Amino acid sequence: MNCYMPIVNYLIFPGFLFIALCGIFVSYIDRKVTARVQWRKGPPVLQPLYDIIKLLGKETIIPAGVSKTLFLLLPFISVCSIVLLATMRGVILNWPGEPFIGDLIVCVYLMTIPAICLIITASISKNPLASIGASREMKLILAYELLFVLALLVPVIKSGGKIIITEIINYQVAYQPVVFSISGIIAFLCAILCLQAKLGFVPFDIAEAEQEIMSGVVIEYSGFTLAAFKLSRIMMLFVYPMFLVKLFWYGKTATLFGDIISFGLKYVVVLVILILLKNTNPRIRIDQAIRFFWSYGLLLGVISVILALVGL
Amino acid sequence: MSKLTLNALTKSIWVFHAACSPCNNCDIEILDALTPKYDLERFGILLTGSIRHADALLVTGVPNMKTAKKIKYLHQQMPKPGVVIAIGTCACGGNLFRHSYNFVKPLDEIIPVNAYIPGCPPKPEAIIMGVVKLIKALKGK
Repeated sequence: MNCYMPIVNYLIFPGFLFIALCGIFVSYIDRKVTARVQWRKGPPVLQPLYDIIKLLGKETIIPAGVSKTLFLLLPFISVCSIVLLATMRGVILNWPGEPFIGDLIVCVYLMTIPAICLIITASISKNPLASIGASREMKLILAYELLFVLALLVPVIKSGGKIIITEIINYQVAYQPVVFSISGIIAFLCAILCLQAKLGFVPFDIAEAEQEIMSGVVIEYSGFTLAAFKLSRIMMLFVYPMFLVKLFWYGKTATLFGDIISFGLKYVVVLVILILLKNTNPRIRIDQAIRFFWSYGLLLGVISVILALVGL
Repeated sequence: MSKLTLNALTKSIWVFHAACSPCNNCDIEILDALTPKYDLERFGILLTGSIRHADALLVTGVPNMKTAKKIKYLHQQMPKPGVVIAIGTCACGGNLFRHSYNFVKPLDEIIPVNAYIPGCPPKPEAIIMGVVKLIKALKGK
């Protein structure tokens, strides 16, 4: 029984099936809120599911002269890394007692893998617009990753230098959520900005600017590879904000049901912040993005880390 | 094509807009049809940037010496199953340019066309009606 548990965890409960279904619903919320902001009615509830089923049924074209193995494999590696991230976190949360030192670092690595998959696929797909997208995505990673790590340092410092997610959660349960301190709220906002870039949402969708470089990095995808890519985007939208809520804003209520409700509400708050940022901003250029993250962003990040070290 | 794929396809049509030397009026009407006023995302219709993601190719204009080759190439790049919709009288049959020196062939002799939406230019309502009729035809009703 015990040896099947990891597989069940990976494929069904905190893993693939669960986050795919939740992600589809969340992606519907994203599209619906976007539609309402633009004074439209918006798509039906199952629209993201229709899109994915349709893409699975379509022909997959592999451009001439492209490495078939890499082209077909990379979208799935990106899906797998997100599922692994979700499984790790879910298992840690529901069955504590099996954490390992440095699982936060592993999570940060896993969150970078989808972007790296995108860069590699775009570079091998032999399309000039895809290479432009790949180079932009690379610069964007360099821009936001440092700030993201700085922001994640704050909960680590607050919990007394522990790089284990369970310890950070225990600290928040014992004292107060990280976000209720000055350094915590600054770091949380910085992390949300980085998340916007990680999810490829509008002010930072420079790598796949649809109107400018025709969806750039994914321009040569079609059929089930595109479906895998869309699925990984949909899953990210569910998993990444959850990760932030867990690190910065974790609280416990009396019952399990209350826990789920409060957790869901916090997640929805983060999601709505992300969607509103997406809908009220124009796309910026890549040089503006780098300048933004490395000047104001980094300044805020350093301030929040210093405040956390002082103890505020 | 299985029934599931067909159902999903007709509920999520991603369109690619190919201007095949038009006078731009039809293009403007297509963009009008995609504005929040008509809100085609209700039916899952989205404008995509890349032909590789598209399920429907919207063609406007008269194919001439240069664009006829390109529209054929574009149609080959589209992953199947996909449909072609000719928008405007030019794309449907050449309009007043059909005796012109640079007119090659009507669009439907270059690539297979699934739906014709005449009009110079067709209104957004006409485009939507054409798409609805095409969906019904695809479903075999």
